Amino acid sequence: MRTIKAQTIIDSVAQMCISANRELPEDVVRTFKARMEAEVNPAAKETFRQLLENSDLSKETGLPLCQDCGLAVFFVEMGEDARVEGMGIRHAINEGMIKGYQEGYLRKSSCDAFTRKNTGDNSPAIIHFDLVPGDKIKIWMMAKGGGSENMSRVMMFPPAAGWKGLREFIINRVAEAGPNPCPPILVGVGIGGNFELAAINSKKALLREIDDTHPDPEVAKLEAELLASINKLGVGPMGLGGDTTCLGVKIMVAPCHLASLPLAVNIQCHSARHKEVVL
Amino acid sequence: MAEYTLTTPLTDADIEQLKSGDVVFITGTIYTGRDAAHKRLVDSLDKGEALPFDLKGALIYYVGPSPAPPGRPIGSAGPTTSYRMDTYAPRLHALGLKGTIGKGKRSQEVKDAMIANKAAYFGATGGAGALLSLAIKGAKVIAYDDLGPEAIRELTVEKFPLLVINDCHGGELYAKPNLEAALAG
Repeated sequence: MRTIKAQTIIDSVAQMCISANRELPEDVVRTFKARMEAEVNPAAKETFRQLLENSDLSKETGLPLCQDCGLAVFFVEMGEDARVEGMGIRHAINEGMIKGYQEGYLRKSSCDAFTRKNTGDNSPAIIHFDLVPGDKIKIWMMAKGGGSENMSRVMMFPPAAGWKGLREFIINRVAEAGPNPCPPILVGVGIGGNFELAAINSKKALLREIDDTHPDPEVAKLEAELLASINKLGVGPMGLGGDTTCLGVKIMVAPCHLASLPLAVNIQCHSARHKEVVL
Repeated sequence: MAEYTLTTPLTDADIEQLKSGDVVFITGTIYTGRDAAHKRLVDSLDKGEALPFDLKGALIYYVGPSPAPPGRPIGSAGPTTSYRMDTYAPRLHALGLKGTIGKGKRSQEVKDAMIANKAAYFGATGGAGALLSLAIKGAKVIAYDDLGPEAIRELTVEKFPLLVINDCHGGELYAKPNLEAALAG
């Protein structure tokens, strides 16, 4: 049994929240540069130029990449032989998030669902736990903005819909969303499981590297084909036209009920902000 | 595609010359307002109360900035998605609002209101909040302080960079997605 102090979690989480909001992941920057070169549409090129300049500025000035610093979403792999000393891990993560959002001058975006009154500290953090073997705690943090989240959907299909039905739904969703979610987007797709598992998987899928390949060659093929299809929409960066509507499609598949074919489509804006830490 | 530098408040003539796709740099005063602030503005109108700023010739920027760090007037300040304000925009245009700044599509009602009242819809680059912040030289809360990031702020801007998405002649910059090509594979 390994003991981790709650303060260690608080400090790591605070740091993650700040750096996620100020530093675009390397794979995102790399993809922006490659797409800026590849685009022939001048508005698309110019948008990528601005996004790269914004990324440099954010690092230099400490201003967040985007004013929508998102709701803070955490995925935690909790080792069965690890324990937290001082307070419960959920509490520690939330405290760390509050500290990070306060000290990093990040926007607090959580509010009461009915009164719309801002909670003032971005709490509560949204936390998903998995128990895993071992004595380590791995935490992923995502800053998930509202604009792209609003364009996301969960849909319960009948099994007869098959991949054809899912594919049409996803393409239609991206087309309808158009310029709204700050394209070029990433599309996280949860297929199977049930109502809530599909949604959680679609978000988890967004933690993968943009240019990785799915370990299952069949799914990898679907991802590549769907990416190519979506990019034929011509929405382009910020909806101004071009070949880059989508940077990547990431699918996560789980077994489902005989009667169901659940689908979740979680859209992520181009500012794909996430960090991870192993304690 | 032309390029214009406009100073607030905006006039009919300022707006009439603009076409979708034009680049516009705004200098002067603009007002922030998003979801909760719009609800309050319209509630005030319903009650016959005065608004916290003069709508005539005004520009509303759909933004909820991040907090100002020490030594800066404002934090990151890029646009939020505009469609959520579509319910309120026509009424404000009818009262003299000359432009809105945001990102994403507008409803037909808003487009019609812009044609009828000589107003335009401008796009700013979403997710470039740090970059856009540099064109903001001053910021002060003028209403609804309790709304935090959603409070109405008066911003002093210099050469704030925008694109005309919808002009007052029915022109639109966003192209319809090519759904057929995408579905065909």
